[in-house]
Amino acid sequence: MSDLLSLSAVEARAALDNKDISAVELTTAYLAAADETASLNNYVARTADQALTMAAESDKRIADGTAGLLEGVPIGVKDLFCTKGVASTACSRILDGFVPRYESTVTANLWAAGGVMLGKLNCDEFAMGSANETSAFGAAINPWQGPDKLDLVPGGSSGGSASAVAARSALMATGTDTGGSIRQPAAFCGVVGLKPTYGRCSRWGIVAFASSLDQAGPFTRTVADNALMMTAMASHDPKDSTSSAVPLQDLAAAVTAGVKGMKIGVPKEYVMDGMDSEVTALWQQGQAWLQAAGAELVEVSLPHTKYALPAYYIIAPAEASSNLARYDGVRYGSRVEADSLDGMYEATRAAGFGDEVQRRIMIGTYVLSAGYYDAYYLKAQKVRRLIKNDFDSVFETVDALITPATPTAAFPVGRKIDDPVTNFLNDVFTVPANLAGLPGMSVPAGLTKDGLPLGLQIVGKAFDEASLYRVGGVIEAAANFTTTPARMAGGAS
Amino acid sequence: MSVDKTTVAKIARLARIAVPDERQGPLADELNAILDWIAELDEVKTDHVEPLASVTGHALPMRDDVVNDGGCVDDVLANAPESASGFFVVPKVVE
Repeated sequence: MSDLLSLSAVEARAALDNKDISAVELTTAYLAAADETASLNNYVARTADQALTMAAESDKRIADGTAGLLEGVPIGVKDLFCTKGVASTACSRILDGFVPRYESTVTANLWAAGGVMLGKLNCDEFAMGSANETSAFGAAINPWQGPDKLDLVPGGSSGGSASAVAARSALMATGTDTGGSIRQPAAFCGVVGLKPTYGRCSRWGIVAFASSLDQAGPFTRTVADNALMMTAMASHDPKDSTSSAVPLQDLAAAVTAGVKGMKIGVPKEYVMDGMDSEVTALWQQGQAWLQAAGAELVEVSLPHTKYALPAYYIIAPAEASSNLARYDGVRYGSRVEADSLDGMYEATRAAGFGDEVQRRIMIGTYVLSAGYYDAYYLKAQKVRRLIKNDFDSVFETVDALITPATPTAAFPVGRKIDDPVTNFLNDVFTVPANLAGLPGMSVPAGLTKDGLPLGLQIVGKAFDEASLYRVGGVIEAAANFTTTPARMAGGAS
Repeated sequence: MSVDKTTVAKIARLARIAVPDERQGPLADELNAILDWIAELDEVKTDHVEPLASVTGHALPMRDDVVNDGGCVDDVLANAPESASGFFVVPKVVE
C-alpha cells in the first residue's frame, strides 16, 4: 500500500493508463492513509463513498480510452471551496450545516479532468491565519517533527492541504492564497505550492476573504505534479468578472526546460532583521544552484517592500469586513435567535465568528468608517500602487525573483503570542505578490538543523507561471529533497 | 489615532457583532496594537499616487442585459435557518 502512496501524480497517471494499478486501488490506499494519519486533523470531512464512486468511474474512462488529465488522482479540497452536496464551512461555526447546492468552478474543473474527491481539508477560519490555529475544527498538525517531538503547525491558512499532501493522505490538494496561505504552509510542510497570477483560477464558489487578493492554487509533492494540477484548475470563467482570458502556457514542458539564459532577481530588501541564519544560507544556496544551471543572478531593489504587510492588513480586513457582512443568520449557516433583527444579527455573528475573524472584521470596519477611510484605506491602496510599480520596474530587466518563502521553519502548536502583529510576520515574503497580483511558488529546498523543511519562493511576471515552473524544476532537481516527514502514512515511524 | 472602549462599541455596532462590555477594553488594546503598526505607512509619500483597487489589467466584461439564471427557489432557501412559503423568515421588523 505504501508503494501506491509513494507514486507522484505523474507516475500514478502513467501506472493507471498502463493498467498497472486501478483508480479504486489508489483511492482505497489514500482513504486508508487518511485513517492512519487522522490524528493530524487535516481532514474536516471525508467523502469515502463519493471517492470510491468517482474512482470506479475513472477506471471505466481509463478502460474506454477517455481518461482526463487528472483521471483517478485522489484530491483533497480546502474547506473554503463550495462542493455540491458536501458541507462547506470555511472552518467557521457560522457556516455550520451549510451544504452548497452548487460546485465551485475550480473543483468542477478538477472533477471534469477525472480527479477523485477524498474530502474537505482543515484551514484557518475564513482563511484568516498563518498557522491553521483559528479553525473551528481545531488546529491541523504538521507531519514533520523536530527532535523534541512537539506538534508543529502546518502553516496557514491552507494548513490542512499542506499537511495532507506531506503526510500522503492526499496526492494533491487545493488551496487558496490571499497573503501567503498556499506558499507559507507549503514551505512549512515540505511540499510544492503555487499561487497563480490573480485571475488565473476562477474565484466563483470559493468563500471570499479579500476578493482583490484571493487566488486558488495547487499543492503537490513535486513540481511536475504541480504543473499538471494547475493546468486542470485554471480556466476563464464568465462567472468571475476578474477571471482572465489570457491563455495558460505549457506548464508541463516548462518544468524540464531549465533556466539557461534566464535573469533572476534577488531583492535586497528581503534581507530582514530576525531572519534565521539557516534561511539566509538556503537562499544563497538557491542562488548558487540557479547560477550553476546557467541563470544570471542580479541584485534588484523593491524599495516599498517593508510597507506591504501594513498595507495588506488594511486592505484585506477592509475587504473581509464587506465580504463577511453576508453572514447574518438569514440565508445560510447558523442563527442565534433574538427579539429584533439587529439583535439576531449581532448575536449570530458574535457566536459564529472566532476571535481572529471578529478582530479583522472590526479593523476592516474601522478603516472604512467615516473619517478614517482616506487616512487608512485610500492610503493603503496608494501604497499598493507603489508596491506594484516596484515589481513592474524590476520585471523590465529580470524574468523572475528568488526569495525565501518564510522567515522561519514551522513552530509549535499553541505558541503563545500576545501581540497579533507577530503572527502577521509569517507572511512578510509572500504578501507583496498578492498586492501586485503576481504568481508565486514555494518549493521545498532544504532542512534546518532540527530537520524541518524550508522553502524558497519564486515570484514571476503576471501570467508567466511557466518561468516559475522552469526555476522550480531546477531548484527541485538541485535540492534533491527526498527526506520524508515523521508522521507520514505508510512511513517507517 | 487610537481607539477607546467607546469607539470599540461603535465599531462593533457598525459590524453587527455583539461585543460584551468586558471584552471592549482588551479589544481596544488589540486593535491599537495593529493600528500603531499600520501607522508605519505614514512615512510613505503618496502625493499624486493613484489608489490601486484592482490588478486584473482588464476592464470589467459586459454581457447582454438578459435573465440568465433563476427559477431555483428551493435551492436558494435550502440552507436558510428558517423559511416559509418561499420566503426567508426573520424576526419582526415592522410594528
